[in-house]
Amino acid sequence: MPIPCRSAMLIHDQSRTGRRATAQAPLDAPQVTDIPEGLRRRARPALPEVSEMQAVRHYTRLSQKNFSIDTHFYPLGSCTMKYNPRACNSLAMLPGFLARHPMAPETHSQGLMACLFDLQEILKQVTGMHAVSLAPSAGAQGEFAGVAMIRAYHQARGDHARTEILVPDAAHGTNPASAAMCGFKVREIPTGDDGDVELEALKAAVGPQTAGIMLTNPSTVGVFDRNIQAIARSVHDAGGLLYYDGANLNAILGKVRPGDMGFDVIHMNLHKTFSTPHGGGGPGAGPVGVSKRLEPFLPVPMVDFDGDDYHWLTESERPETIGRLTAFGGNMGILLRAYVYARMLGREGMGRVSEFATLNANYLMARLREAGFEAAYPRRRASHEFIITLKRESRELGVNAMDFAKRLLDYGYHAPTTYFPLLVPECLLIEPTESETKEDLDGFVEAMIAIRREAQEEPETLKGAPHKMPVRRLDDVRAARHLDLAWKPAASETTHG
Amino acid sequence: MSEVPAELRYTKTHEWVKDNGDGTLTVGITDHAQEALGDIVFVEPPEVGRAIAAEEASAVVESVKAASDIYAPLAGEIVETNATLTDAPETINTSPYEDGWIFRFAPADPSAYHNLLDAATYEQAVEDEDD
Repeated sequence: MPIPCRSAMLIHDQSRTGRRATAQAPLDAPQVTDIPEGLRRRARPALPEVSEMQAVRHYTRLSQKNFSIDTHFYPLGSCTMKYNPRACNSLAMLPGFLARHPMAPETHSQGLMACLFDLQEILKQVTGMHAVSLAPSAGAQGEFAGVAMIRAYHQARGDHARTEILVPDAAHGTNPASAAMCGFKVREIPTGDDGDVELEALKAAVGPQTAGIMLTNPSTVGVFDRNIQAIARSVHDAGGLLYYDGANLNAILGKVRPGDMGFDVIHMNLHKTFSTPHGGGGPGAGPVGVSKRLEPFLPVPMVDFDGDDYHWLTESERPETIGRLTAFGGNMGILLRAYVYARMLGREGMGRVSEFATLNANYLMARLREAGFEAAYPRRRASHEFIITLKRESRELGVNAMDFAKRLLDYGYHAPTTYFPLLVPECLLIEPTESETKEDLDGFVEAMIAIRREAQEEPETLKGAPHKMPVRRLDDVRAARHLDLAWKPAASETTHG
Repeated sequence: MSEVPAELRYTKTHEWVKDNGDGTLTVGITDHAQEALGDIVFVEPPEVGRAIAAEEASAVVESVKAASDIYAPLAGEIVETNATLTDAPETINTSPYEDGWIFRFAPADPSAYHNLLDAATYEQAVEDEDD
């Protein structure tokens, strides 16, 4: 139960001129006279002036308002919000790792480099790819690196006609965005009624202009595309490459390998499958794996092992690399957490992850269907996630998926992904992950049943939800139309220095 | 049931097309499409003078739920875009067939207009989609 909040929402609202936290002030603050006159600001920055205790209370209260995987069931489909084991955290924070300077020489970094090399090897084995680079520092950057390698590959062969990337209409929005960022034209391929990519449409779309296709398998509609080998053949025969979006790797971990399905490039979201902290703006990690023909283009730095020592692979060893994505080697702390997680699981544990993730999803889907909710792909077995559509509830009761989602918050459940994928109306994309207990899954089903009863008896309760949260239903239309992202002081409060 | 004016032509991707009688066609999204998208919060129109291919993504309409491409019904060249949508994208919700038009273009082959869906066929397509 969160502590009732009597204080203002923003720390700025608690500000009083001259109030300060002296103990936190830096000892050797630079003198203003060090800065050239022309570069000095005229007005004081709009920083809050509060005491140390006020700052502590403010941020402690905010943290207590969080919905997080540490406090709540968080079935956010396509995001794999699983538990982050504490051991990963504590080992990644060993002083030797924390205090290492990013420019420390190889001789002083062998421990860290050993972990990174092992992680490269583990990711290679579990995905079936030929080589892995840990450099990308987020999923989206991994996607960018992957598509940039596809581009580099075609260019190195002098094949400049390949200007198109194919993307199924169920894909993550980041896929077309990454393709466009790398200068490709995006062509959409429709999804059939059974959730698989429409093969005939794909065959009609591939050609000498095809650079590649970006796929998630299992797809965003939560089913494993059974035609994956035919898709791979069709794209490869046309001279294109296959890109695997690792968003749904949790469903097949230790069971099926993207490399064996015929993929040439993959990015992995360590914050999803390998349980590093997720959301809140990072830091993230999005390693990329490739087939043999793309290896020269991998982003640097990578770690190599000569049998005695570990070495950085940089531009000089990898002249065809697409280059660096960050100043140093990616987000080390996150890579270490993923490494510890992978080592704790071991080879067998990897398989248990996908077994339990899939079992939990199918149990939850079966129970919800039993309770009368409609699955979007009733004839298909769920992978690690599934979609229910509230089309009927919307038509008959006048409450939509967003009303259900908001009301779930009052019941203590983070809402599943809503209105995504776009091709299923009034949908909830639900992913329980392997870390939830049966009791928690049952609790979620009971909440969904209770909410539908409310929808029948007192729909206004849903329309006005959430009722128990620190903020009520937000006006998302107004927020989107009138973007206001920065706090500004009221005119009378502005102090000039 | 959403409104489907009989005098317009349609695409399977929910654009409507109006023959202005002066060699240009006007394009917007249907009542059904605006209803499905929900409150529109942003419209990115094409540049005037841009050559468009049939079924090419030519504009973007963003609602609180989703960002959707608007496809060119036919090949041609953009002549004009609806400036009111910049500040009032919600016009598409309130008046999808009149004030909420998105762009006007000169089709390369004006006769192709008649190959687009008529109102009855579009209405049937929407019904089939809902099943």
